Amino acid sequence: MLHNLVDQFWPATVDGLSLGAIYALVALGYTMVYGVLRLINFAHSEIFMIGTVAALYTVTSIGVSAPLSGVSLVGMLLLLAVVGMVASGGAAVALEYIAYRPLRKRGASRLAALISAIGASLFLQQLFALQVIPKLFHTSQAGGFLPVHAFWVERTDVITIGDFVVRNDKLLVVVGAILMMVALDQVVARTKLGRGIRATAQDPETAVLMGVNINRIVSATFAIGGAMAGVAAALYVMRFEETRYDVGFLLGIKAFTAAVLGGIGNLRGALVGGFVLGLIEMYGSAMFGSEWQHVVAFSVLVLVLMFRPTGILGESLQQARV
Amino acid sequence: MAAASTLLLSACGGNDNGGGGGGATTGGGEQPSTVKLGFMGDLGGENAGIVIPPFNGATMAVDEYNATNPTTKIQLIKYDSQGKPDQATALAQQAIKTDKIVGLVGPAFSGESKQVDPILEEAPIPSVSPSATNITLGQNGWKYWHRILANDGVQGAGIAGYIARALKAKTVFVIHDNAEYSKGLAEVVIDTLKSKGVTVQTDVIDPQGSDYSSTVNKVKAVANLDAVFYGGYYAQLGRLLKQLREGGVKTRVLSGDGSLDVSLPKGAGGTNADGAVVGCPCNIDPTGVSSPASKTFADKYKAKFNTAPAIYSAEGYDSATAFIEAIKAGNTTPEKINQYLSTISVQGITKEIKFGPNGEPAGGDIYVYLFKGQTYTPLGNAKDAPAPPA
Repeated sequence: MLHNLVDQFWPATVDGLSLGAIYALVALGYTMVYGVLRLINFAHSEIFMIGTVAALYTVTSIGVSAPLSGVSLVGMLLLLAVVGMVASGGAAVALEYIAYRPLRKRGASRLAALISAIGASLFLQQLFALQVIPKLFHTSQAGGFLPVHAFWVERTDVITIGDFVVRNDKLLVVVGAILMMVALDQVVARTKLGRGIRATAQDPETAVLMGVNINRIVSATFAIGGAMAGVAAALYVMRFEETRYDVGFLLGIKAFTAAVLGGIGNLRGALVGGFVLGLIEMYGSAMFGSEWQHVVAFSVLVLVLMFRPTGILGESLQQARV
Repeated sequence: MAAASTLLLSACGGNDNGGGGGGATTGGGEQPSTVKLGFMGDLGGENAGIVIPPFNGATMAVDEYNATNPTTKIQLIKYDSQGKPDQATALAQQAIKTDKIVGLVGPAFSGESKQVDPILEEAPIPSVSPSATNITLGQNGWKYWHRILANDGVQGAGIAGYIARALKAKTVFVIHDNAEYSKGLAEVVIDTLKSKGVTVQTDVIDPQGSDYSSTVNKVKAVANLDAVFYGGYYAQLGRLLKQLREGGVKTRVLSGDGSLDVSLPKGAGGTNADGAVVGCPCNIDPTGVSSPASKTFADKYKAKFNTAPAIYSAEGYDSATAFIEAIKAGNTTPEKINQYLSTISVQGITKEIKFGPNGEPAGGDIYVYLFKGQTYTPLGNAKDAPAPPA
């Protein structure tokens, strides 16, 4: 058991980090919306799915003749990240406008918004399976439930130190995720918009009195969370080169778990939670077998929450100091 | 249509204790009547690629029969379970209570069969599955259940025998996705390999997951690996093959009938599926190597569906033929059809259609196929097929 972990330690670490990076980026959307609205946006997994479909469709339309590597791969990835950010960010704003804002205006309970979120999630999944994916990728309608592919990445090893081998796509996933995290952290900490988000998270009523436009802040929060999911989607499309209508389901649960593990409402917590969860899953799989991946992950979550109910970093968005 | 369904109601009346509406009474005899057969399987889900061919085969058999203007016509109703047991059970109730089918071709997969077959047994409605291969299905003492092809015990032993004999493997890594069919098949392969003195390592993947890198790492950690066997369906094997090859694993990969579909290379991408060897209790024989009937069938199938016969096409045809023969012989109630099936002995496309008392087919060989490019070609019977080119 333990010797398996020792044997596979370095590959498991690399894979855990590249898996965790995507969890972390998606977790940001959960954590930001929760911080501002106290709402678990269960449709966020579909926001991610929309990003993957947009990114994959872009690759298909451009028509990559030979697999890309090096600078052209990075360039393509940047393009996909922009496409993903626009698609996912836009979808998130639209989702807020249609599914949550009317409820908020009428003072509905948070439970109503939660049901609305679940409804929106199922609606988007089926809409994509039955209409969008078949139309975009010219599969039969039944084919909308199948994974769609576009193969465009040439995989090469960029770092090789003994057992420690890092492939280009895995490296790009981790680097890309960390860059986005740092950028977001700076936006929230330093800009006027970030101040508004923090103020709203801390005390919405007082924020209004201080002249903060809550609706604008909520829209911006959804847009930023969605954009982060869009970047995650571009990275996902590079790493796995496929998507399906329900691609967000398992990943969404894991990202939400990462957000809770790191401390929900806490941006840096999402980063920590994502990487910790990714590593635990890979180490757990190496030790006990891949079928134990989810069991190990959730056992660790329960243990952490028993001793630190607010998650690893605990401190939430509203108390964040700059 | 309305007339046909009234006729149907009266035809089933004797068997229906719940007391369906008393339609107009007919003398039978001269007027043509219609009975309903069902086909159940994943016709629109993730693994529909291996269920649509048997559905086409069954459709073809029924159409050919109806074209002869028989006194009792057959209407084939399709039930798309997407391979999901919960959907399949709801559809089975609909088939029995609302549509009042007299027999079912399917369910296609083993997982859904486990849920649906007890319901059919209770109804009772006879069934012939063209593709469910889990061993335990034949061990329940079901009187109304049949299948047209050899089970996973035969299949697993056949493929494991091929791995040990033709590939001369000493160390094999076995992976499955924990589904009913996959696990059963993988376990037979593991047991058979071990009994032949082969070292076996195992791992399990999550069919819903995307990232199989922990499994790839485990495979890479095994020294002198001769073969990887995957028990499961092609959608997941495609994903796994891609990640194995990208992870630098060059070992030969083998699988069972759940992976025998041209979507496998599509999902794996590039040339990742080249060299994969897939075993199957089905005989896909478009050139008629084993019997001229296979070639005739393939030609007619191609003319009708504009595509070559694929996995279980002929088995679907043979399953429907079993029911058609029963109806031809004048049996139109589930009870009588089932009685007929217990004694049936008719030459089908793939084999002689004949069932043992437990519903298992009388015979069955395992065939192996080699993937290359976007398609696969037969290597032969697993008993004596040569090793694939390196």
